[in-house]
Amino acid sequence: MSATGAGVEDVLLRCRAEGRVALIGYLPVGYPSVEGSVAAMRVLVEAGCDIVEVGLAYSDPVIDGPVNQDAMAAALEAGVRVDDAFDAVAAVREAGATPVVMSYWNLVLHRGVERFAADLAAAGGAGLITPDLVPDEADDWVAASDRHGLDRIFLVAPSSTPERLARVTAACRGFVYAASTMGVTGARSSVDGDARGLVERVRAVSDIPVCIGLGVSTREQAAEIAGYADGVIVGSALVRTLGGDGELDERLESLRTLTTALAQGVREGHR
Amino acid sequence: MSEVPAPDEDTDLVPQELPRPGRFGDFGGRYVPEALVPALEQLDEARQKAAVDPEFTDELARLHATYTGRPSILTEVPRFAAHCGGARVVLKREDLNHTGSHKINNVLAQALITKRMGKTRVIAETGAGQHGVATATAAALMGLDCTVYMGKVDTERQALNVARMKILGAEVVAVEHGSATLKDAINEALRDWVTNVGTTHYVIGTVTGPHPFPEMVRDFHAVIGEEARAQVLELTGRLPDAVVACVGGGSNAMGIFHRFVEDEGVRLVGVEAGGEGIESGRHAARFASASPGVLHGAMSYLMQDTDGQTVESHSISAGLDYPSVGPEHSYLRDIGRAEYRYATDDQVMEAFSLLCRTEGIIPALESAHALAGAVELGRELGPEALLLVNLSGRGDKDMHTAAAYFGLVDEDAR
Ligand SMILES: Cc1ncc(COP(=O)(O)O)c(C=O)c1O
Repeated sequence: MSATGAGVEDVLLRCRAEGRVALIGYLPVGYPSVEGSVAAMRVLVEAGCDIVEVGLAYSDPVIDGPVNQDAMAAALEAGVRVDDAFDAVAAVREAGATPVVMSYWNLVLHRGVERFAADLAAAGGAGLITPDLVPDEADDWVAASDRHGLDRIFLVAPSSTPERLARVTAACRGFVYAASTMGVTGARSSVDGDARGLVERVRAVSDIPVCIGLGVSTREQAAEIAGYADGVIVGSALVRTLGGDGELDERLESLRTLTTALAQGVREGHR
Repeated sequence: MSEVPAPDEDTDLVPQELPRPGRFGDFGGRYVPEALVPALEQLDEARQKAAVDPEFTDELARLHATYTGRPSILTEVPRFAAHCGGARVVLKREDLNHTGSHKINNVLAQALITKRMGKTRVIAETGAGQHGVATATAAALMGLDCTVYMGKVDTERQALNVARMKILGAEVVAVEHGSATLKDAINEALRDWVTNVGTTHYVIGTVTGPHPFPEMVRDFHAVIGEEARAQVLELTGRLPDAVVACVGGGSNAMGIFHRFVEDEGVRLVGVEAGGEGIESGRHAARFASASPGVLHGAMSYLMQDTDGQTVESHSISAGLDYPSVGPEHSYLRDIGRAEYRYATDDQVMEAFSLLCRTEGIIPALESAHALAGAVELGRELGPEALLLVNLSGRGDKDMHTAAAYFGLVDEDAR
């Protein structure tokens, strides 16, 4: 439970009680504009996302594929600042979902780990996903997140050894982000191959909820993953939809349609 | 063994904090996606085993003797030195290595380790193209598949090296994202690595990146300083007053510095790319402008804006055009053991031209930064001084840039 509203674990438990898994949607702040991204995040919440990953655009996003890279570059080009993320976090909270931030580490480090944590908590954020920070390097963040009651979401991957899975899950709070395949973000036709096995291997070492991300784009995939994980994370597919042709209003409607379908997916496939 | 003092006699006996692996003071570390951690652990184990395995060390020594052309020679350059305040100047000739730069030292060793790990493909980033050429060369020699990532801007200014890589059988991917230079090539190589890490080793070309790369690449280049120290002693009967090297990521510099770190009287001088001057903002003089941050897996000095976004660097030499620097340099600088200055594009081109015309040696533009540093340092230190300069590479690849700079391109011939 975070200081200002439902924490990640509350959400996952509530979803479980409803006999489904959680839908987690990612969008970068500032794409196509700061206001546009906040409007898009509201759409995600209205259409059924339980948790919104508020992404920070970064100059060197090494585990993002072309869709997210382009969106981040456009956001930076349009002048997005780290400060804008906290406004987006507050907006997601106000819209009724649980916000977590996803950020490459240098943006957190540069602001100051303690200050970042304080600002995130003050805005109503529940936690932070750190794609390029491993627990081994995270002493400052562990301490700051404890002080501010924030969740810590580290990643595991199909390459993770049992020792690493144990180490990473022990450091996580809220859930562990399981990368469905080896690679960068971006929609894929199939995510099931490595993901199911990875979830099993996590369950062998930890009770922590496992959410699957990387490559998920359709209702069918969401339903399939809902059969074995605790949450489905969708990113690039949403970003691509938001970045399509036409006026922003039309694109927001497309985003609503996709999100609604994904929300049905997570309700169909539960064990 | 010395006596253990009674606790009340020595209150200074606070347990020392153990050095963290992969750290140089606060710098270095391993800031990577979890997906890469197993590969980094495997690499660390493989290189430590290799370091004490004669099968590896003998094979590397054999390759260096029969393929690289080691030891590289030392050349005294009196006509050039006349412009360095009369100081005595000797060049360590890494430009004479096979493929034309120091980069081959590291690459041959990493390629051998790739095979020991049972991997069949190597990838590399390259700025000037020298590391890419060296990697393509080692891949050809050892039968490995090879993909090289290079910023689009760099493929244009180092076109000769692009052709060399392709002729050697490598695939060259021009990266158009971001500044389309070295840092973006590294981003793309990291993305490839995360995707293909099961079969692929990422041959990082300098002393940056996550642990164990900074330490490992330094160790593979330490042969430069080992040889040079003995050669200088033999030639002059003494240690140099200063060892001078250009610093992009910092591999040629760490290679020549490492053996001298404990020689306290020897100044270690790194020369960064001053580009169009610090005030212009168009430079790669990290130590003149930057603050610590994380890029590409390591904590080090980093050119970044007030949010921590990477700021694009600039240099006339592609190989120094990088907004961060190897973490060990940051450490040596912060503890005061090494010092860093910069040379602007104009100073570099002057030093480049000077070496060409006084000694008949065409240096790489990267190495010309070290030469510009030597000109300055020699004038500061005077005729008694002895300077050892690492000539990290040859300038063939830079003919296009140099001809344009000096207006030697025949407009009519176009
Ligand atoms: C000849 C030469 N010297 C120096 C460098 C810079 O690299 P480092 O600082 O790692 O030695 C390069 C890089 O491309 C190079 O080609």
